[in-house]
Amino acid sequence: MGLALKTYPTLTAAGEALAAQATARYIGGGTLVVRDANEGDLRFDTYVSASDPELSAIAVTDGQATIGAGVTMAGIVREPALGFLAPAAKAVGGPAIRNMATVGGNLFAPTPYGDFTVALVALDASLDIEGAAVPVTDFLTGRETIYARALVRAVSFRLPAEGSFRFAKVSRIRPKGLSIVTIAAVVEERSGAITSARIAYGCMADRPIRAPAVERALIGKARTKDGIAAALAVATEGTSPPTDAIASAWYRSEVLPVHLGRLLLSP
Amino acid sequence: MTKVPVQFVLNGEEKAEFVESGATLLRALREKIGDTSVKAGCQQGTCGSCAVVVDGELRLSCLTLAERCGGCSIETTGGLAHGEVLHPLQRAFNEGFATQCGFCTPGMIMAAKALLDRNPQPSREDVVEAISGNICRCTGYEPIIQAILAAARANSLSAA
Ligand SMILES: Cc1cc2nc3c(=O)[nH]c(=O)nc-3n(C[C@H](O)[C@H](O)[C@H](O)COP(=O)(O)OP(=O)(O)OC[C@H]3O[C@@H](n4cnc5c(N)ncnc54)[C@H](O)[C@@H]3O)c2cc1C
Ligand code: FES
Ligand code: FES
Repeated sequence: MGLALKTYPTLTAAGEALAAQATARYIGGGTLVVRDANEGDLRFDTYVSASDPELSAIAVTDGQATIGAGVTMAGIVREPALGFLAPAAKAVGGPAIRNMATVGGNLFAPTPYGDFTVALVALDASLDIEGAAVPVTDFLTGRETIYARALVRAVSFRLPAEGSFRFAKVSRIRPKGLSIVTIAAVVEERSGAITSARIAYGCMADRPIRAPAVERALIGKARTKDGIAAALAVATEGTSPPTDAIASAWYRSEVLPVHLGRLLLSP
Repeated sequence: MTKVPVQFVLNGEEKAEFVESGATLLRALREKIGDTSVKAGCQQGTCGSCAVVVDGELRLSCLTLAERCGGCSIETTGGLAHGEVLHPLQRAFNEGFATQCGFCTPGMIMAAKALLDRNPQPSREDVVEAISGNICRCTGYEPIIQAILAAARANSLSAA
């Protein structure tokens, strides 16, 4: 069966087309959608895309970054002003996937995917959904319900202070493998003490999540082995990791504190 | 079944075809244009055997819609040799026993070509990274890595 591809000049027009046809699906880079079609997914018969140049734009001004939802992982890696995010973009698939995979598609990618989104959660990013600013964590909570057919135009966040962003993807195969656990952290320090911490996990629930217990336990502490001990003790609080072909829930819970500790203590 | 026109440059030659709407570039190349140098493996993005270079970037043809390639320049292994003269990568794969069953080879070579076009003198680490989306069940990868490094050396000798 042939699938139709309908391309619209604006995201708004694409959104109207999606709303009008229940069997239409938005296509970003297509790495997940076309795979579904190849596997015989009959729930959709039409791809909807938008050619709006704004979707592939990156703007970094006054400490604020805005990334169009159609920017690819390779596009992030190439952007000098987003150098700190390159490790998160490079964590997605191999080189060909990174030339195709978009930021918007990554927000919708089911676990064990969504590595880049873990970074966005730690950055406390805000999504532009039909002109409204939606916090990324709110979006993720409503991803399969209120936002299931919403179109994301862009993501934006304040640039983290120099050296405060850390990212690690743990996988069995290097350099490319699916995630056992992915961790992103934005930890700011002053006079040897942690003043703010945002910690995000991938593969520790059915979607990327924050780790508020860890964040609380880090405040006021030194970023040393002893200083982070209390935070590591609560590392798995609020998590419900999946068991899949990559790792069991038990294994993920066992290794999370080890990798979180290494990440927090990394230079 | 709806047919849609697609038009692109394949290995330097203009191509215009009608393909089934929503067809992947992989199907368009193999079934319509007859370029069977592009291999259909998993069709899930996992194996890399279908990798081609589109406007200088490595892509998986199994996950790319042919209709989205209008006006693009596409390179496949089918276009690398000049008559009897193999491309340096093909020669290095051949001489270095980097091909056994050969199924992964076209994708590996295109991944390597995308790398060398951008970075003519890659490190071993660069090579491993460049082929990290390509699976080989036969060689154990080492001969492939060595062949790509040998092709890079041969290129630098011929450029000198
Ligand atoms: C072999 C392979 C390896 C992979 N490895 C990884 C990995 O290591 N890490 C990882 O995180 N992911 C991985 N992925 C998954 C995927 O490639 C990425 O998550 C990618 O970022 C998805 O983006 P896309 O543009 O290709 O999405 P698409 O396939 O285009 O879309 C995915 C979903 O998102 C929706 N969507 C896309 N853009 C928007 C938008 N702007 N607004 C609203 N909805 C939108 C689509 O409707 C669809 O439901 C892998 C995939 C494959 C095939
Ligand atoms: S056939 Fe395209 S990646 Fe396997
Ligand atoms: S040579 Fe057989 S899969 Fe690589």
